[in-house]
Amino acid sequence: MAFLRGFGKYLPERVVDNVEMGALLGAEPDWIREMSGIETRRFAREDESVASMAVAAGVDALARSGVAASELGLILVSSGSGERRFPGPASEVQFRLGAPQAVAMDVPMASAGALFAMAMASEWAPRVGKVLVVAAEKMSVPVMTEPREKGTAMLFGDGAGACVVDRDQGFARMVDFELGTDGSAAGELKLDFGSPVHMNGRMVIMHAARKVPAAIATLLGRRGVAPADVRVFLMHQANANLLAKIAQTVGVDVSKFYSNIARYGNTSSASMLIAASEWDGGWDGPVVFAAFGAGFQWGAMMVEGA
Amino acid sequence: MKQKRITEILSEIAGKPINIGTDESLFDSGLLDSFGLTDLITKLEKEYDISVPDGDLNPRKFDTIDRITEYVEART
Repeated sequence: MAFLRGFGKYLPERVVDNVEMGALLGAEPDWIREMSGIETRRFAREDESVASMAVAAGVDALARSGVAASELGLILVSSGSGERRFPGPASEVQFRLGAPQAVAMDVPMASAGALFAMAMASEWAPRVGKVLVVAAEKMSVPVMTEPREKGTAMLFGDGAGACVVDRDQGFARMVDFELGTDGSAAGELKLDFGSPVHMNGRMVIMHAARKVPAAIATLLGRRGVAPADVRVFLMHQANANLLAKIAQTVGVDVSKFYSNIARYGNTSSASMLIAASEWDGGWDGPVVFAAFGAGFQWGAMMVEGA
Repeated sequence: MKQKRITEILSEIAGKPINIGTDESLFDSGLLDSFGLTDLITKLEKEYDISVPDGDLNPRKFDTIDRITEYVEART
């Protein structure tokens, strides 16, 4: 395992509130807030891409970590909304960061991509030294593609989060992770090129509300940690109501689940790292990351103050 | 007997009486939403000491009182 060195983020400037989103979707602003807890989200400019946002978040994470791009051994970029079939954004991120010595790999996974990439980074860091994990999403393009599903489109926003993982030092040690995949549900949440996001919301919530708490329980049980002793849960910001349901099942107050979804909406795989970059309540004691998304893919990771 | 108790559980989750036919959709009637469905399955597992496997986590299996009753009866 390895250490966390620092987080970073990038959010586009343009704020889209529920009045504007409601007008675009034919939905009441109050309905959007009640169903999701979202008040605003960010939409990227036309000239901003998954890679450009990933670079901005990566630069922020490197600066906050005191690590130079030239020190990186590996760059992992997760995204479910990349503009191309290939190459994915990772190689462009490597070039634009100025890290020609680093291997760059894509993790083409929405929502849970950052968690899976962090798990990979924890395994790779002992081999390559320093790993930059970036998750970037430009969800505004697919969700605003016709025909729009208003219950889905209202949720999403754009942004990027990043994390530097280090073999040798950091403020928290990556202790353990528990990941899962259920490919039988691959069609329940998907994004085909040129199509809007398709989401069977009932299936997604039903599975997320059970699988994430189960993964957290397995992980904490294995480490001998009680949920009440976790300092904070930094989870993929899918929906405020889902966070509350998962907190209830885990057996902790929802205030233990950091949330910024009211401001940014669901930024898919970027959300967990954006949340981590904003968390300023300390890292002493166990901290749990968790995510659920298309695939279905889900899991949890525990880190502990170093 | 089970159907009566299942209807009571549904009423607890919905927070109101269940006044629809046993073959009518609980979702379309607005009595059950995604989160209520999660609560329903948890309560069914406790009430009847059953375990709903991941493969059965499909809203269609729990869309009506008849389907819920059939599901529970087949496992108890």
